[in-house]
Amino acid sequence: MSQQTVLHAKHLEAGAKMVDFFGWQMPINYGSQMEEHHAVRQDAGMFDVSHMTIVDLTGARTRDFLRYLLANDVAKLTVPGKALYTAMLNEAGGVIDDLIVYFLQEDYFRIVVNSATREKDLAWLNQHAPAFEVTVTERPELALIAVQGPNAKAKVATLLDAAQQAAVEGMKPFFGVQSGDLFIATTGYTGEDGYEIAMPEGLAADFWQQLLAAGVKPCGLGARDTLRLEAGMNLYGQDMDETVSPLAANMGWTIAFEPADRHFVGRAALEHQKATGTDKLVGLVMEQKGVLRHGQRVVVEGGEGIITSGTFSPTLGFSIAMARVPASVGDSAEVDIRGKLVPVKVIKPAFVRMGKKLI
Amino acid sequence: MSSIPTELKYASSHEWVRHEGDGIYSVGISEHAQELLGDMVFVELPEVGDTVSQGDDCAVAESVKAASDIYAPLSGEVVEVNESLTDAPEQVNASPYHDGWMFKIKASDLAELDELLDAEGYQNVIDED
Repeated sequence: MSQQTVLHAKHLEAGAKMVDFFGWQMPINYGSQMEEHHAVRQDAGMFDVSHMTIVDLTGARTRDFLRYLLANDVAKLTVPGKALYTAMLNEAGGVIDDLIVYFLQEDYFRIVVNSATREKDLAWLNQHAPAFEVTVTERPELALIAVQGPNAKAKVATLLDAAQQAAVEGMKPFFGVQSGDLFIATTGYTGEDGYEIAMPEGLAADFWQQLLAAGVKPCGLGARDTLRLEAGMNLYGQDMDETVSPLAANMGWTIAFEPADRHFVGRAALEHQKATGTDKLVGLVMEQKGVLRHGQRVVVEGGEGIITSGTFSPTLGFSIAMARVPASVGDSAEVDIRGKLVPVKVIKPAFVRMGKKLI
Repeated sequence: MSSIPTELKYASSHEWVRHEGDGIYSVGISEHAQELLGDMVFVELPEVGDTVSQGDDCAVAESVKAASDIYAPLSGEVVEVNESLTDAPEQVNASPYHDGWMFKIKASDLAELDELLDAEGYQNVIDED
């Protein structure tokens, strides 16, 4: 039996085509994925991401717990509200999940994890929490709406009360603040400005309707995927999983090896991998006709790799991809597209950010 | 509910054919097929002068979601292709039965028409999917 978010009826009202997404009925698009994509790059779009799992962690030693459990170091979070992107690793250094952690109070952190990995994430958290006397509380009663695009913040502002407007005034990227009923965070998965807003389920339909009235376009999972890929952001289960090192998934920047005396789950394995070398995740660009797709073989200098995510980039007008390849890769490669080897350029995996083309 | 014009014939692989006179048939994909594929980004067309047999893959429709082979619904010679799809592949989404046509075939074996489906038969194919 698949689950529905509290906004299910709103999606149908807006003409959504619904698909099963790891047990959730979610909108794939509301007519045109392409138009939704452009709305986010040029104006403002909104995504129902209520299927994502919000977990609150409380207890005096929550910070110690997270410094042990996460590859990035929450010691960097010194200002309340500040957030961090990080991997949660197993002992072998494989990625159990990627997540965002918010520091709210010394005894209160919030994490947002993927819905597809909910059960194993909760099991992992609950396995390690008792040693730190941390309480793990899932928050399924919260809906989550991402509003993204150059005009997203201005449009959201029309829905906020004076206190909320003051709370988000001048808020830098990767912060979250609770104000009234809303938890408003300057995070997202599109490479554009905007918010992710958590709220009690009962308020979500009305909030969605007001956003619609403010000219925010409903966007589905299809556009969410092309936007995140243009922004060079990983998708769990596709660009990395438990069998993949974060070092081979362009996540080296999220691993805090310093201070050297911090012991975190997966550290020993990562240090070994760092010494011996790993594959790397690169960006591919194909300016000729055709579309790069997940699973296609990539031939590079010194070996072969595979496309982990590929798509047509609506912003650039040609195809882009992320591929895991041997570290010996040069600045060009060939992709096996239905038996034909097609030349592609190899770049860092980031293609479009804040409305700007990076290539 | 997607539209299935009754004046056309259909292949179970979701192509439609329309008689344009003189044994020439235009070919495209159904509204149902374009809905399944989503926004079209490239259409790879056959060459004018190509000889195709019924069931040959002779074109590729690439959408944001997937690449899909287009099969020749009739045998014959390709006499015209819809060049405008090169710059505007979205016509396949917006107007699958008219502006979004893909190529025209001069049919070599009209008996093959009997193997194609009428609108009702094609509707049954969709319902079974």
